[in-house]
Amino acid sequence: MIRFATALFLGAAAAFPVRAEVEIQTVTSPGGVGAWLVEEHSLPFVAIEIAFTGGTSLDVEGKRGAVNLMTGLLEEGSGDLDARGFARAKEALATTFGFGASSEQLTISARFLTENFDESVALLRDAIQNPRFEDADVERVRAQVLSNLAFDAKDPNEIAGKTFAAMAYGDHPYGTVDVGTPETVAALTRDDLIEAHRNALVRDRVLVGAVGDITPEQLGTLLDAVLGNLPQSGPLLPPKVEPQITGGTTVVDFDTPQSVALFGQRGIAVDDEDYFAAVLLNQVIGGGAFDSRLMQEVREKRGLTYGVYSYLYSRDLANAYMGSVSSANDRIGEAITVIRDQWRLAAEEGVSEKELQDAKTYLTGAYPLRFDGNSTIAGILVGMQLIGLDPEYIKTRNARVDAVTLEDVKRVAGELMDPDGLHFVVVGKPEGVVSE
Amino acid sequence: MMRYARTALLSALLIPTAAFAQTSGKVTDFMLENGMQVVVVEDHRAPVVQHMLWYRAGSADEPKGSSGVAHFLEHLLFKATEKMESGEFSAVVAANGGRDNAFTSYDYTAYFQRVAADRLELMMTMEADRMKNIQLTPENIATERNVIIEERNQRTENNPQALFSEQLSAAQYLNHRYGTPIIGWMHEMEELDREDALSFYELYYSPNNTVLVVSGDVTPEGVRELAEKHYGPIPANPALPERLRTEEPRQNAERRVIFRDARVAQPYISRSYLVPERDSGAQETAAALTILSEILGGGTTSFLTEKLQFDTQVATYAAAGYSGVSLDDTTFRLIMVPSEGVSLEEGEAALDQALADFMTAGVDAEQLERIKLQIRASEIYAQDNVDGIANRYGSALTSGLTVQDVRAWPVILDAVTADDIMQAATLLRREASVTGWLQRPEGETQ
Repeated sequence: MIRFATALFLGAAAAFPVRAEVEIQTVTSPGGVGAWLVEEHSLPFVAIEIAFTGGTSLDVEGKRGAVNLMTGLLEEGSGDLDARGFARAKEALATTFGFGASSEQLTISARFLTENFDESVALLRDAIQNPRFEDADVERVRAQVLSNLAFDAKDPNEIAGKTFAAMAYGDHPYGTVDVGTPETVAALTRDDLIEAHRNALVRDRVLVGAVGDITPEQLGTLLDAVLGNLPQSGPLLPPKVEPQITGGTTVVDFDTPQSVALFGQRGIAVDDEDYFAAVLLNQVIGGGAFDSRLMQEVREKRGLTYGVYSYLYSRDLANAYMGSVSSANDRIGEAITVIRDQWRLAAEEGVSEKELQDAKTYLTGAYPLRFDGNSTIAGILVGMQLIGLDPEYIKTRNARVDAVTLEDVKRVAGELMDPDGLHFVVVGKPEGVVSE
Repeated sequence: MMRYARTALLSALLIPTAAFAQTSGKVTDFMLENGMQVVVVEDHRAPVVQHMLWYRAGSADEPKGSSGVAHFLEHLLFKATEKMESGEFSAVVAANGGRDNAFTSYDYTAYFQRVAADRLELMMTMEADRMKNIQLTPENIATERNVIIEERNQRTENNPQALFSEQLSAAQYLNHRYGTPIIGWMHEMEELDREDALSFYELYYSPNNTVLVVSGDVTPEGVRELAEKHYGPIPANPALPERLRTEEPRQNAERRVIFRDARVAQPYISRSYLVPERDSGAQETAAALTILSEILGGGTTSFLTEKLQFDTQVATYAAAGYSGVSLDDTTFRLIMVPSEGVSLEEGEAALDQALADFMTAGVDAEQLERIKLQIRASEIYAQDNVDGIANRYGSALTSGLTVQDVRAWPVILDAVTADDIMQAATLLRREASVTGWLQRPEGETQ
């Protein structure tokens, strides 16, 4: 068989160009709010990403789901406008907002035409600073949250996630579903929402990325208008937690044809000096490419699944190394055995020089391709700030990836990958798989 | 559908605003001598290119009894060719820093790679190779058939909403292949073999049945040169059949589907109506239906949301959906999730009452103006995502539309009047509809 592509892709190891236009400016508003900015004046619109760190992990004891419900209500009636008035105003400007809350952050995404700058900023300000939390709106959105919770209760993926989290993180906020339970959500009051708003949207936890047709001066105006009046600081974040994961298997009985398995072990922090070695290691093991070891062994060679992945689940307060697979009830046992074998093999032998080289070429080549649109770049700017990177990181990131050696990866594989500590949560009617 | 991760099964439920954003000016098209159509969408802001090859062949083109073969073949195109080993295609893309995938729908199958712009030629070399040269072993067939069965397990068998949606479509189409799921019926997927895959491949995989869409940091001249070099030498298939499908008769009876499953957490009502799609040179009706779906169920300010979620609180969610990009007649869909304590019967009655109210009330002029403004704005936002524009051309040109139709679409949307919309609303005939109830097994609390 002639591998004609070989000759062509020899050139692939050459350095990839990083998008020249990603010139990040750091901006501080007159009122002292910081942001990262990429000016891009070729299209007449702006994308803004705002993140408040802490997110749903700031739920007060007994009020699980408060931050999530509060976030869902930010544009359901604000300032002088009721929910429908707000929506109509937004439509009339062709402005879009997105609001979301996760265990690490509360995120607000905005996109508006330059010609509607002032009106859009005013709407965004009201959503962030002046939500009304009126009874009818609270009840309407609460019913949506409860409906989603009902869906999740019958979703094998959600059941697996919930079971794993409870096992690994116990009473820590990471151990429970951040949307809350039907009981906690039903019990939330307007005062709880006001408190959640007060706690979660604070100036010393805000990170901003802006990309598009906007100058530093205009961004300064926006920052003060939208964030200026928020409280300076809020309650402390919960402590960091070491996940309690021991080797074994937990089966959750659920009547469905295909078992869903979530697996995991302890992980590694993004600021660990071995983090890039771990990223490269994971790229080889199950990082999402078709040629990862898990995809090759479980899917390509044996046809046991449609998809199998592993990922470093490194968060502010805890680090785990996770993965997922799903297979018919009579085949999931074999899939689990193959994954466990692969885990042990990698822990003992690391990866090959060629695998490492391919992973490096992929990760360094794919990096500049991420910067492909104003909203995407705004999200990246915030993501970088969240993990404490500086703007210069973009220029040095690929060199850091390339600096990882085969010995580094072998050492990290031995230290990180813990075949005896790998736990599977299996939801379904798996044949020949038992809790142990 | 994709080999994994994303899905073309979007059509299974609702596609809000999918047809909206368009841009022109940066789009160039031409034809190779062998009949391959080429569209180039330029964006020089980043040194990135997306290379997509769309075949005018999807699940609705499959022979009877072989449902799922279009999608099965899509998976098999990642196996060996005369020049490449099995899996090498994706490995080469990854080794060049790119990512690749493919997806299958009713009317098309598409393959794409996203890479640094200077790797375009390599992508064309490999994509041209697998248009004609795949080599399938019995092991490939056996293993990959298990993969698509697990894909069906994951997407459909494990998901009562998906099973329900499949039954709704089957009930909607009396005589057209859109009633058969893209991924295939399980019992037919289990029987798919090498001959099924290869006969579909040999019939449909030729340059005169494709649309090449390249978007990003490229010029039309550059794309033409490379396309002529790599795709140009592949001869057209003179035996390519015309795309004639069995068409729907006039539908005369409303149908009801009751789907029960113990895994149902949240019962709901789904209604679909058989309606026209976008026809080349005659997109006005589809444009009116597109705006009607926005007016009825496009978000917080839509008519159904106002009536069912605000004025009364009988629903926790209500929406409408229509996508006119389809080779043959398609569906207009409504969904209504009743609030706690509201039965499916009461929910359906409220939905019908709201629709009747709309026919009386007519179109709110301000709402129509806001929708049109958003359509115009979305043309600006769309320029920030040229791969999205590329998708629009690829799906339209494999669904019976022309480049001119795609260019004209925003203008036609903008010209839709309130009268056009009310006229379009009369196309939602109960006799051409299916109403489905998704619920828990009899005797269990709903």
